[in-house]
Amino acid sequence: MNAADSSKDLTVRADGGQQPARFENPGVPEHRERLADADPAAAKRAERQVAALFALSTVGTIGFLLAYFLAPPGQSVASIRTSNLLLGLGLTFGLLGIGLGAVHWAKTLMSDHERIEERHPQRSSAADRAGAIAVLKEGAADSGVGVGRRGLLKGALIGAVALLPLSIAVPLIGNIGGDWNTNKFRHTVWRAGRRLARDPSGTAIKASDVTIGSVFHVIPDGLESEAHPLDEKAKAVVLLIRLDPRDLNETPEKKSWSYDGIVAYSKICTHVGCPVALYEQQTHHLLCPCHQSTFDVANGAKVIFGPARRPLPQLPITVDSEGYLVAQSDFHEPIGPSYWERLK
Amino acid sequence: MSLTQRLSGGTADYLDQRTGIGAAVKNFARKIFPDHWSFLLGEVALYSFVVLLISGVFLTMFFVPSMNETVYQGSFATMHGVTMSEAFKSTLDLSFEVRGGLLMRQIHHWAAVLFMAAIVTHMFRVFFTGAFRKPREINWVVGSVLLTLGLLAGFSGYSLPDDVLSGNGLRIADGVARSIPIIGSYASYLLFGGQFPGHALIPRLFTVHVLLIPGLILALVGLHLLLVVLHKHTQYPGPGRTDRNVVGFPLFPVYVAKAGGFFFIVFAVIALLAATFTINPIWSFGPYDPSPVAAGAQPDWYMLFLEGGLRLTPGWTEFVLGGFTWSFNILIPGVIVPGVLFTTLAIYPFIESWVTGDKREHHVLDRPRNAPVRTGIGVALLVSFLVLALAGSNDIIATNFHLSINDITMFFRLFIFLGPILGFWITKRLCLGLQRRDRELVLHGHETGRILRFADGEYVEVHKVLSEDERWLRVQHESRRPLQIAPETDSRGVVRRGYRKDRFRQRVSQFFYQDRIEPITPAELAAAHPDASQDVHGAMRGAGNTQVGADVPMIEPEVPMIEPAERRP
Amino acid sequence: MKARAARRYHRFAPVALLLGALLAVGAGYAALTGGPAAAAAPTADDIAAGSQLFRANCATCHGPSASGSRNAPSLIGVGAAAVDFQVGTGRMPMHANGPQAPAKPVQFDQQQISQLAAYVASLGAGPAVPTAEQVDAALGNPANGMALFRTNCAMCHNAVGGGGALSQGKYAPALWQTTPSHIFEAMLTGPQSMPVFSNANLSDQEKRDVIAYLVAQREGSPGGADLGSLGPVSEGLWVWVVGLGLLIGAAVWVGAKSS
Repeated sequence: MNAADSSKDLTVRADGGQQPARFENPGVPEHRERLADADPAAAKRAERQVAALFALSTVGTIGFLLAYFLAPPGQSVASIRTSNLLLGLGLTFGLLGIGLGAVHWAKTLMSDHERIEERHPQRSSAADRAGAIAVLKEGAADSGVGVGRRGLLKGALIGAVALLPLSIAVPLIGNIGGDWNTNKFRHTVWRAGRRLARDPSGTAIKASDVTIGSVFHVIPDGLESEAHPLDEKAKAVVLLIRLDPRDLNETPEKKSWSYDGIVAYSKICTHVGCPVALYEQQTHHLLCPCHQSTFDVANGAKVIFGPARRPLPQLPITVDSEGYLVAQSDFHEPIGPSYWERLK
Repeated sequence: MSLTQRLSGGTADYLDQRTGIGAAVKNFARKIFPDHWSFLLGEVALYSFVVLLISGVFLTMFFVPSMNETVYQGSFATMHGVTMSEAFKSTLDLSFEVRGGLLMRQIHHWAAVLFMAAIVTHMFRVFFTGAFRKPREINWVVGSVLLTLGLLAGFSGYSLPDDVLSGNGLRIADGVARSIPIIGSYASYLLFGGQFPGHALIPRLFTVHVLLIPGLILALVGLHLLLVVLHKHTQYPGPGRTDRNVVGFPLFPVYVAKAGGFFFIVFAVIALLAATFTINPIWSFGPYDPSPVAAGAQPDWYMLFLEGGLRLTPGWTEFVLGGFTWSFNILIPGVIVPGVLFTTLAIYPFIESWVTGDKREHHVLDRPRNAPVRTGIGVALLVSFLVLALAGSNDIIATNFHLSINDITMFFRLFIFLGPILGFWITKRLCLGLQRRDRELVLHGHETGRILRFADGEYVEVHKVLSEDERWLRVQHESRRPLQIAPETDSRGVVRRGYRKDRFRQRVSQFFYQDRIEPITPAELAAAHPDASQDVHGAMRGAGNTQVGADVPMIEPEVPMIEPAERRP
Repeated sequence: MKARAARRYHRFAPVALLLGALLAVGAGYAALTGGPAAAAAPTADDIAAGSQLFRANCATCHGPSASGSRNAPSLIGVGAAAVDFQVGTGRMPMHANGPQAPAKPVQFDQQQISQLAAYVASLGAGPAVPTAEQVDAALGNPANGMALFRTNCAMCHNAVGGGGALSQGKYAPALWQTTPSHIFEAMLTGPQSMPVFSNANLSDQEKRDVIAYLVAQREGSPGGADLGSLGPVSEGLWVWVVGLGLLIGAAVWVGAKSS
């Protein structure tokens, strides 16, 4: 059976003599010959296998080069996929051949006699330590400063060195934040009379377009002409939903913010800022796909589940003379996630 | 002399005359490394990093790190005519127009996710075997920093194409930054150079991802490997292995071939994944816009612990105090919990040396079962990361297993506390059980299944004695004891200073080592089998009490032990 | 002979014969080809047959006059499109009442579905079943379709129509197998939790663009097999199970003693 499993007899002293406190290390086991060590034919076979594996690598690389020149990615999805597959398989075999060959060589042909190397304690010898201390003392003595003034020099040096990085840090930090005007969090581009438009086409929305059960994704009309359209869009996107007015529970002060059952809420989640885009028609719930904050549109978009704390800010809307939906004003609070000074 | 010999001899001489490299060759070429497959996990991480560098250089030749708007006119139908950033467009061109470009992108991304998986696996191997003990504490801290840098490298990297999925991830990062008390809104401006998304982000991420972090990682990996060489590699317990030697094979030629070959195998597996499976299909997500979002909005797997925490923490933890908003619903999962988890991991070697008071060097690894509380803590940490990762995937779980995401969230809110505690307790009990089984095995040997019947009708099972090597593996470890401290009061009844601190330290040490199993000693073995040469009725004498944890060994059940009369051929 | 033949020969006889021949051919054709095509105008017979089917299969929940009950909404005004979608995908009749109506094996053949649709359409004006041209993916612009899809649809159905979770166990299904006609009807009628995308929100042309985008996704991914199109979670699972699994296997092989 397996030679490594050979049971050696226990020498148990029956006379109750002194036992060592712990078992002793039996020492490195005997070396066991491999097939390739004992049998020259097996060794030759192993050599041929290694050579064949290296040859596989060559075939793989040639295959890669052929695929590169003869099967480039074309216009169709299938041709891109094929090109990727052929190049990738060529590379895989090119690499695998070398890897398997090298490891197989090591395992079957290279000497596998275990060797023992001594470890030494990490700490340097007592003599080296003493020598290190001695040279440091020598250097300190050479430093030319009397004991009395050492403290002054040390303090002055530390002060100078500690302060110098400010010359790099201050301009880096100072400029890195743009205009540092965080008051921009408080306002969006919505103003009285600005029309609500479809995202992404930009066409204005009439109140009659919005049927019960539908949801419109809204941007301010003329967003493209803003100085920084994406920055403004990131604050101004809105969801437009129409409910049966009987289902809508509005607080008295916000009753005028809706129009005939149509309500508009900020699309930016008050948790960490993802777009709250999922509208469930039957339950009137808005679900944010990032962390599952759920808002109830029929009740002022208050939070009914999930990690958000505050309801979605509501955009007051009405219609203009041609029946298009317009904002009455900007939002009445900063949109999006909370921050320290948000209510100040 | 052959041509090869002449050339190599000449080169060696040239170098040696200028660098004195002969000494280094003499010391290192035949350095001994121990052999075990689990030592290759760190290499998987190292080689994935090399693959990242190679494929990354390729990508930088074609990627344009700019947020300026442009229109796509290339061959991919669903993107045709779409306005997008230069970053996104260059990624599309790289994928569809550059030959082998898509392969390189996918190699890069698969290598990145593999890199993080290998780091975590390697780190836990080191943790469970106690390889972080003296003199390797510094190397453990270096490794913890490498883990964090890897996270940052991955996050910055997959955000570079400026697509909807990674862009929403950046929006979340902005929200997390904003939640920091006092400086939050300024932190947001600092990251984005103004309002989100701004125009500065992608170029900045590019510098971070291509220059700063790889530079730091390279330097720290160099230090990490240098320390391994200095300390010599640890080894698993076994016959002939001690704290004062290394048993294994020489670097040249065995490990040059094995480890060098393994690099090609790792690269080959990454290439195979990239050839056959799509990863990060940005053409399906579309260029970043603050309005759209897709179901299945998750970051790469190694960031899921943050994502899960954000999904689990309930909203009522945010409150207004003094007119200021304290967003603990974000600070807890985003800053506090990861801070606690990562710091615990990073300082663990120092915690353990504090509770053991052990100042010796350790080069022989622990079997995880012989350190039950450490193994339990490791499992508890793993369970918490796993629960957070699953919580972060709750909508994927819901759709694929027909469950409700609300139910999943509520379950994980409970299980994030219950799971690690259960994991710790079950693991600790399992480890103690395995140690007891080891004792049984040493005392009584392997069950052979052969039954002997005696003339008086007694049946006994023949057990086969353990070989010396097998026995050594199970008795070589040291069972730690709780710290002993000086008494509370001195001879005159005065309470000594520093007693409270020592008492606290002792309590923690007791938590670690109170429940102990001692390895079998020669005396115990002899007591169990006093007359090996006698007849087969040599039933064991010896009794003790059943208490575990004190200095008294376990009671042995009365199993007869028979020496095998003959060995099988 | 001549007199008898002369009396039989009526001047409207040719007309009657022609009509009879037409009827015979038409009946023979209908008998041989099965149900009428969806675009064929419903006849009074269809509506009557549909009414019978309705009373047998739908009235228990939707009410005998389709005006709804506590368990089900009114169907007056939902139009033929809604019926074609709900019954054509097997969602209706529902097995159990609830907010999610999962697609199941279809219980009626196409003729019966058309008859039901004709009956419901006769109750009140509503969206009609789209024509083949309206849902022809080849006539749509997939790039515009993607832009519309990712703003209006991807948050529920995932970026390529692979499906996604809604709250409380509801879900938006994967769209890989859904026919262009059913996609159109779903957008138009807003079934169950899905919002209504009327022509004022997404025009006919835009709906066709969305269909073109979804059909294009059925060609698969240019990068290889798509792991279910579920995103980074499945990629992460794959790298742990397959990637690291293969490499640990390789590591065990590297470290093991050769025979």
